[in-house]
Amino acid sequence: MGFQHFKNIKVQGFAACVPKHIENNEDLELLGNSEQIKKFIETTGIKQRHTVQGQSIRTSDMCLVAAEKLIEELNWNKNEVDCLLFVSQTGDYIFPATSCILQDKLGLSNDCFAMDISLGCSGWIHGMATIAALLQNGGFKKGLLLAGDTSTMTKSPFDKGSYPLFGDAGTATAVEFVEGVDGIKVHTSTDGKGHGAIIVPDGGFRNFYSPESEIYKEYEDGSKRNSLQTFMDGAAVFTFGITKGPRSVFALVEKYKIDLSEIDYFVFHQANKFMVEKIRNKIKIPSEKVPYSLDEFGNTSCSSIPLTVVTRLSNKIKNEKLKIMTCAFGVGLSWGSIYFETDGIICPDIIMI
Amino acid sequence: METKFIDLFKEVLEIEDRDINLSDEFRQYDEWDSLVYLSVIAMLDDEYDIVIETDEFKKLITVGELMEEVKKRSSK
Repeated sequence: MGFQHFKNIKVQGFAACVPKHIENNEDLELLGNSEQIKKFIETTGIKQRHTVQGQSIRTSDMCLVAAEKLIEELNWNKNEVDCLLFVSQTGDYIFPATSCILQDKLGLSNDCFAMDISLGCSGWIHGMATIAALLQNGGFKKGLLLAGDTSTMTKSPFDKGSYPLFGDAGTATAVEFVEGVDGIKVHTSTDGKGHGAIIVPDGGFRNFYSPESEIYKEYEDGSKRNSLQTFMDGAAVFTFGITKGPRSVFALVEKYKIDLSEIDYFVFHQANKFMVEKIRNKIKIPSEKVPYSLDEFGNTSCSSIPLTVVTRLSNKIKNEKLKIMTCAFGVGLSWGSIYFETDGIICPDIIMI
Repeated sequence: METKFIDLFKEVLEIEDRDINLSDEFRQYDEWDSLVYLSVIAMLDDEYDIVIETDEFKKLITVGELMEEVKKRSSK
């Protein structure tokens, strides 16, 4: 259950964009004294984050820049882009869908299929599964998966359990129908029982915005936040990630008889180093096969997999044949893994705006 | 079981200067914080191959109660 093998699907390129502005965790008073800061950075691996703080940059702006660059380097004709998916928890408006706005801003054809997907950390995995499904019968040939978040806009600056972990980014992944290629192998899972583990309670239609939504409350761990900001049960999410992440990877390799030792790189969702190292150890992967971008960018939600490829593997992925396993887990709760192979694909340098 | 558990628990909390007792309420230790909690979850997973869900963990107050829960789950 939960397995899909999308044949004739090829990943053609990755691009990523982040804000220029850097917030340094080393100077973050919220984390406490210098010893506590040191311990936090050692444990999470997150030294700094690129954030939109105080600026007008939004998720769709970063995805737009990444997509423009990728289309240019791929030499794609914009009229040929048949579908665009925008994966995010931080779209422009409650409605319309941000993907429609991006179709226009990118100058794509009116025949382009555009749709938003509301997922966070697992979003790139589920977005890839969806775009592969759209492309698989060959009616659509070229697709863009735009995944990004400005997670810092949903965090309380007084919540040390989540504020110092997150950074902002927008990415683009180009996917194409290419007859004869082996395609991508996917495992996806969902557990809505855990939907309260990461949640912004107010501002949607279940708990519509009210002035009370903006009132800050103090919680047991000393953090303060209001109901328009993210509540994250760190321990529950950690327990979930270290259990489900490895299981998903093991399930995928078993189902499709993939040789774990032949995989060149394992690109994990960049939750925090402690958690990803736990997962790496459980799967018994040598550390040189697990790239990290969280030291520089933090947890960038659904951007984290493409952002890690762009910033840590770009020379390899542009020039070599690679076997790549990806795995992500988070808000929903939602998680999954994708295995795919590349053969010298387009991967422009990261863009900072 | 008891000595091993106490040793592992002390190691995770980085308690070196004193003994701990089964009746201790571990959340009252100066060393206890959210990162230590994650380390305890990781230790239980590594050493005993068990995962105690957050809601269940909240009900465990003393070192002894935690140890009993570990015993119960790891014997299954």
